[in-house]
Amino acid sequence: MEKWENNKAWFLILPVFIIVAFSAIIPLMTVVNYSVQDIFGPGQRVFVGTEWFEEVLSDKRLHDALWRQFLFSGLVLLIEIPLGILIALMMPKRGWGVSVCLVTLALPLLIPWNVIGTIWIIFTRPDIGLLGAAINSFGVAFDHTAAPMDAWITLILMEVWHWTPLVTLLAYAGLRAIPEAYYQAAKIDGASAWATFRYIQLPKMRGVLTIAVLLRFMDSFLIYAEPFVLTGGGPGNSTTFLSIYLVKIAVGQFDLGPAAAFSLVYFLVVLLFSWLFYQALQNVGKGREG
Amino acid sequence: MKKRTAVLIIYFALLLLPIYWMLNMSLRTNADILGAFSIYPGNPTLSNYIKIFTDESWYSGYINSIIYVSINTVISLLTALPAAYAFSRYHFIGDKHIFFWLLTNRMAPAAVFLLPFFQLYSTFDLIDTHIAVALAHCLFNVPLAVWILEGFMSGIPREIDETAYLDGYSFPRFFITLFLPLIRAGVGVTAFFCFMFSWVELLFARTLTTTNAKPIAATMTRTVSATGLDWGLLAAAGILTIVPGALVIWFVRNHLAKGFALGRV
Amino acid sequence: MAQIELNEIAHSYIANPKGPADYALKRIHHIWEDGGAYALLGPSGCGKTTLLNIISGLLTPSEGRVLYDGWEVTGLPPEKRNIAQVFQFPVLYDTMTVYDNLAFPLRNRKIAENEVDSRVLEVADILDLTPDLKKKAAGLTADAKQKISLGRGLVRSDVAAILFDEPLTVIDPHLKWHLRRKLKEIHDQLQLTLIYVTHDQVEAMTFADKVMVMFEGEIVQVGTPEELFENPNHTFVGYFIGSPGMNFLPCTLVGNVARVGGTSIILDDEVAALGRKAKGALELGIRPMYLEVHGRAVNGGIPVRIKAVEDQGTFKILTLTLEGQVVRARLPEDKAVPDDMAWVRFPPERTKLFADGRLVKRAG
Repeated sequence: MEKWENNKAWFLILPVFIIVAFSAIIPLMTVVNYSVQDIFGPGQRVFVGTEWFEEVLSDKRLHDALWRQFLFSGLVLLIEIPLGILIALMMPKRGWGVSVCLVTLALPLLIPWNVIGTIWIIFTRPDIGLLGAAINSFGVAFDHTAAPMDAWITLILMEVWHWTPLVTLLAYAGLRAIPEAYYQAAKIDGASAWATFRYIQLPKMRGVLTIAVLLRFMDSFLIYAEPFVLTGGGPGNSTTFLSIYLVKIAVGQFDLGPAAAFSLVYFLVVLLFSWLFYQALQNVGKGREG
Repeated sequence: MKKRTAVLIIYFALLLLPIYWMLNMSLRTNADILGAFSIYPGNPTLSNYIKIFTDESWYSGYINSIIYVSINTVISLLTALPAAYAFSRYHFIGDKHIFFWLLTNRMAPAAVFLLPFFQLYSTFDLIDTHIAVALAHCLFNVPLAVWILEGFMSGIPREIDETAYLDGYSFPRFFITLFLPLIRAGVGVTAFFCFMFSWVELLFARTLTTTNAKPIAATMTRTVSATGLDWGLLAAAGILTIVPGALVIWFVRNHLAKGFALGRV
Repeated sequence: MAQIELNEIAHSYIANPKGPADYALKRIHHIWEDGGAYALLGPSGCGKTTLLNIISGLLTPSEGRVLYDGWEVTGLPPEKRNIAQVFQFPVLYDTMTVYDNLAFPLRNRKIAENEVDSRVLEVADILDLTPDLKKKAAGLTADAKQKISLGRGLVRSDVAAILFDEPLTVIDPHLKWHLRRKLKEIHDQLQLTLIYVTHDQVEAMTFADKVMVMFEGEIVQVGTPEELFENPNHTFVGYFIGSPGMNFLPCTLVGNVARVGGTSIILDDEVAALGRKAKGALELGIRPMYLEVHGRAVNGGIPVRIKAVEDQGTFKILTLTLEGQVVRARLPEDKAVPDDMAWVRFPPERTKLFADGRLVKRAG
């Protein structure tokens, strides 16, 4: 489908452009401003150029946090996307079951993120939590405050529990938008359930899946509240992800310059990888035209 | 179909389990909880809830959240719909770049925006108003709305637009009577996500409000820090932050489901 | 090649239908002979897509049986019925090439690859798709895509009937005739049973050997295009077929003469005799192209006012008033059109009589 060429379409974009640009420009300018200055106190600033950037980029602890972050986001995507699609495929198409499913899926998403952390603190404690007690009863010593592996497992579990419904809801909406005729034609062509999924459903879900992957990547890469409440970045540094490290620098050391530089670098990393994901997903399934 | 239902039931049970557990604990006193491990409250009590409700800021917290979340959802939808249509149907200068740029506004750590936003809204004397929070949330909700709606709109063949224009429809009439019903699923999803992301957002909501527009999650964290480690009270506070969102979704569930209804061609 | 029989079919989309109004299809009882090209013609909502889906097995009828060559298939799913269906908009597997699209139905049935190859090449040749075989199906024009949809039906050697649900809806008007001709070619070449649903009478009449006209869930008439044109059994058929449709004038019968208001129109003797025995409200029917229009008074001519003249290129449409009723006449392009007044004559051999909407004719 060729798009119509028309620059007057800008009028349709204008409201969105104004709202977003207005909200984004000022903070951006502020951050860039701070990132190249050393601020001793109100009114006392010195231009330091790229000094903060160099410091930030050579910070070993930042590298560690970065790797942890990539591992975390990678695991999260690998689990949430297929699981979310699977559940969406199984959901009913009509009847009262649809609303029940939708409401149940919505529940974890509607919980404020600090409360999520609280829920899972309680849930995994061996003395007062169901999961903690259950694991304990198998004789397994599980303590996310002491063992890094346990902390990671709990975090991943919490994250998957929290956000898979988002993928499911998007995938479900995408599936519902496929006209019945495609399924009818597939039936007539004798396609198996897997062939129907691979050649009709998955390609037609490309749009929603792109959004799901990008959203989950961005949000998991920027994650702060849930892990902070659950582990505080510990034990030690084992679950200190980028956001947590950033806040530690900015708040703990109250150094706006490096924090601003860090924020910019952080932003650029997310930007780069989101763009890569986006390009990859746009080009999947498209090939040469003849 | 049986296997399908079984898998769904297991998954939903797992989703609800932690929430049930909170409910369980919220109905027991702290002593009760620490005393004996129990799957259901043997002596259920509402004392935790009563203790919280004597602090009346809870009630107003709910209302505040509902207000700014609703404002935000409406603004996001209304501005995103024409924009998404433009991205879907038209080719214009900078279109691909603007489209991706929109999403980049969700790629920065939120902390970056706090101070600038505070200064910005102070200047316009909008601190502690619902509109301030609603507008602040537009930063991340509007791009999302545009992206989701564009995806669904692109699934509708352009022949439908062309036929309508040939038949003499004006753009508004075509959009409202013909086009919107076709992208119902998309509008439903978008509205839900705008609601959801605005509802759970804490940083801006706390920073930009003081008393009049304070949301409940902020109130809850106050309760939490004040109570220390009273598990029952903590659980009750947690449940109370979930309840209003759950209620809203419950009441609009049929609209949501219809929004997801099969688009027959 | 299959004979398709619909035995006492009725269908309702509601679980417990109470009366006829709840039925999308009221009573369909018909046999389509092997190898014919048939059209299901009717306005939107008359039930033709429902009927088509019952034939193909995408829908199970609430009542009645479907039989192919005498075998009951009512409960069989579509993939077991040896039919193919082409939908209103092109339904393709976007990620595959044209070749793979055509090969898909065969590969699903585990046919050997060399046979798949020969069938695909054969069908691509019939449909003029051979140069496009290596291209991605998603990038082609709408008419090429519909050809691919059709091709997926033709590749299967076991296909006995192909069903079409308004397949030319999204095709550019100037490409429609090309596809229609292609369908006719295929029909002649492969002798498959083709059933074609449409609301466009021109499509139906040019495509089909026999047309089944449907209205509100019932079969109104089945016949060749000529039969439907010359002898519509029902005023609906007269009105729906032909452009413009048949003229109808309420009348009474006095002897051999039909009286429309103050005007007398002489009828054919036999028709008049049957008309006198018929029950119900009487209407006179005549096709616009058979209505004679003269510039001056002639024997048997009735004076009328000319209200409007439309030039349609190869023919002209005159709108006239007769006794307060609007009547249309269709003249060839070269015939002179009178200015203001004209005299029309109803040739008795072309003038029909309808009682209660039904054609008055000899029984049997």
